[in-house]
Amino acid sequence: MSYNVNEKGYYGEFGGAYIPEMLYPNVEELRQNYLKIMAEPSFKKEFDQLLKDYVGRPSPLYFAKRLSEKYKTNIYLKREDLNHTGAHKINNTIGQILMAKRLGKNRIIAETGAGQHGVATATVCALMGLECIVYMGEIDIARQAPNVARMKMLGATVVPALSGSKTLKDATNEAIRDWINNPVDTHYIIGSAIGPHPYPDMVTRFQSIISEEIKWQLKEHIGKENPDYVVACIGGGSNAAGTYYHFLDNVNVNIIAVEAAGLGIDSGESAATSVLGKEGIIHGCKTLLMQTKDGQITEPYSISAGLDYPGVGPMHAHLSITGRAEFMSITDNDAMKAGLELCQLEGIIPAIETAHALAIFEHKKFKKEDVVVVSLSGRGDKDLNTYIDYFKL
Amino acid sequence: MNRIQQKLQENKKLLSIYFTAGYPSLNDTTTIIQDLEKSGVDMIEIGLPFSDPLADGPTIQASSTQALKNGMTTEILFNQLKDIRKSVQLPLIIMGYFNPILQYGVEGFCKKCKELGIDGLIIPDLPVDVYNEQYKSIFENYGLINVFLITPQTSTERIKFIDSISNGFIYMVSSSSVTGSQSGFGDNQKHYFKRISDMDLTNPQIVGFGINNNATFNEATQYAKGAIIGSAFIKYITDNSIKDLSRFVKSIR
Ligand SMILES: Cc1ncc(COP(=O)(O)O)c(C=O)c1O
Repeated sequence: MSYNVNEKGYYGEFGGAYIPEMLYPNVEELRQNYLKIMAEPSFKKEFDQLLKDYVGRPSPLYFAKRLSEKYKTNIYLKREDLNHTGAHKINNTIGQILMAKRLGKNRIIAETGAGQHGVATATVCALMGLECIVYMGEIDIARQAPNVARMKMLGATVVPALSGSKTLKDATNEAIRDWINNPVDTHYIIGSAIGPHPYPDMVTRFQSIISEEIKWQLKEHIGKENPDYVVACIGGGSNAAGTYYHFLDNVNVNIIAVEAAGLGIDSGESAATSVLGKEGIIHGCKTLLMQTKDGQITEPYSISAGLDYPGVGPMHAHLSITGRAEFMSITDNDAMKAGLELCQLEGIIPAIETAHALAIFEHKKFKKEDVVVVSLSGRGDKDLNTYIDYFKL
Repeated sequence: MNRIQQKLQENKKLLSIYFTAGYPSLNDTTTIIQDLEKSGVDMIEIGLPFSDPLADGPTIQASSTQALKNGMTTEILFNQLKDIRKSVQLPLIIMGYFNPILQYGVEGFCKKCKELGIDGLIIPDLPVDVYNEQYKSIFENYGLINVFLITPQTSTERIKFIDSISNGFIYMVSSSSVTGSQSGFGDNQKHYFKRISDMDLTNPQIVGFGINNNATFNEATQYAKGAIIGSAFIKYITDNSIKDLSRFVKSIR
């Protein structure tokens, strides 16, 4: 079985490009060119150079000794939190801004929930001198003020999404509408492995640097490239897709995908799409999504804004349905506890999204000899207010 | 022959009106349809509201949100339309996004449409190739006409392909925009209308998006078979009520 995208843009039954005709020329232009452009030596050179000199790659693969002792296994952390702007998101925005330039686009739009992808997009736009417009739900603007300020300092225009529930889902709708209204000069930098084909595949390829590095770094650590487990949290699924990519076809490497259970799977306040979702169409792709019986998309909930998305990328829907990945869901409380634990055992303050991935060790037992690589997708600076409120610091 | 095809043969410019089912009130659907017919419109598009209408501007978004708040569902809409063919002769089209239709079941949805006397569907986010490969035969089995969109950016080759798989009319989106974002047509649009008109397609074209008064209706129908009004109509019933729809229709032509 293949876990990668096929030539029609599907992962099994998921994926495709369910877009209005108004978007067809743009998405088609991208589809016809993205692999060609990514294969150009000059593109590769510029991408690699920026990842090295600007982002700070390779990001370390760190053996978490005290965490490993506590859970009686071998835990390695892939330190995406040490990237410039503080998360894996920048791997994708660097790739896409170079893509946009080669496609001759001079206006960049993006959606953002917590603001991480918005900041990563504003950053690369400043770097390249391109106009940047970021759509963000009105409610998220209010609860993520520092990231809004960062985007503004970087020269981006932050436009509040006032429709629907005024969060990430609606910000994405607004970005898509902007693209419909500006079909010629604009590139839409989607922030996760979601959206119409070729976006999930393109974002996955840009993020695949994560697992490419894990392989040689693990070899340096322990003399073999393949861990027993790779673990990542899933909002739309971009850090997960990058972490899994080079292990997808090796079934000896177990894949664990961690979703946000919010207040609990059955609480009505959750974002555990693989459990609560059903096949349907969201933001241009067929995938698993949370919806009413009638096909109206419902609002998810998680304490972490980055996991607060009602769908999941089509690659992950396929990994879930086929059983290739084990899906776990972690509540707000367990994630917050795991976040604090990493601070105290390893001196690393993780993003709350990432803390969901770390929380699995309380729920799943690993063998003493197992090698478990966890994607430490981002740092927790952006979440300080949430940590402060939660722990009454 | 399907009612849409019949209507397209009439020797006149057609006025089609879109409204969101369940707006302003849940049970306004049949009243609006009946009054629009009495007011002399030629075709009606019944909007099945969706939580995330990607191709729509603020006016239709807001009406969809309100319709859903009012409790509109696919099942309720079908119930409201149960006896519509006892009183209404006009071609009726359901316009909706693909996910609610997918959840209902595409075949079941089409079957129900036929039972109720619906003549066609417009599903903006059902791509041409997916329709062609997976759903065309189902639509045809139930005598439904599927209407495709073209825009100023659509290539000549693709327009010809769309023409070849259409069997009613082509929905010509007036500009590269979401619904309702236009005021008046410029030279670019007129040039585009003329370019398409000169292609001599098999299927007539009806222009939509940005038609909001007599002037834009006349400009659009100078080149096309008809025009569709959505946002401007929703705005009218929002600002006034659904009581005097003929006043709106008279202001258009
Ligand atoms: C640190 C961090 N991890 C994970 C995510 C979730 O996104 P994805 O599933 O695309 O990796 C986000 C999104 O904002 C994030 O900021």
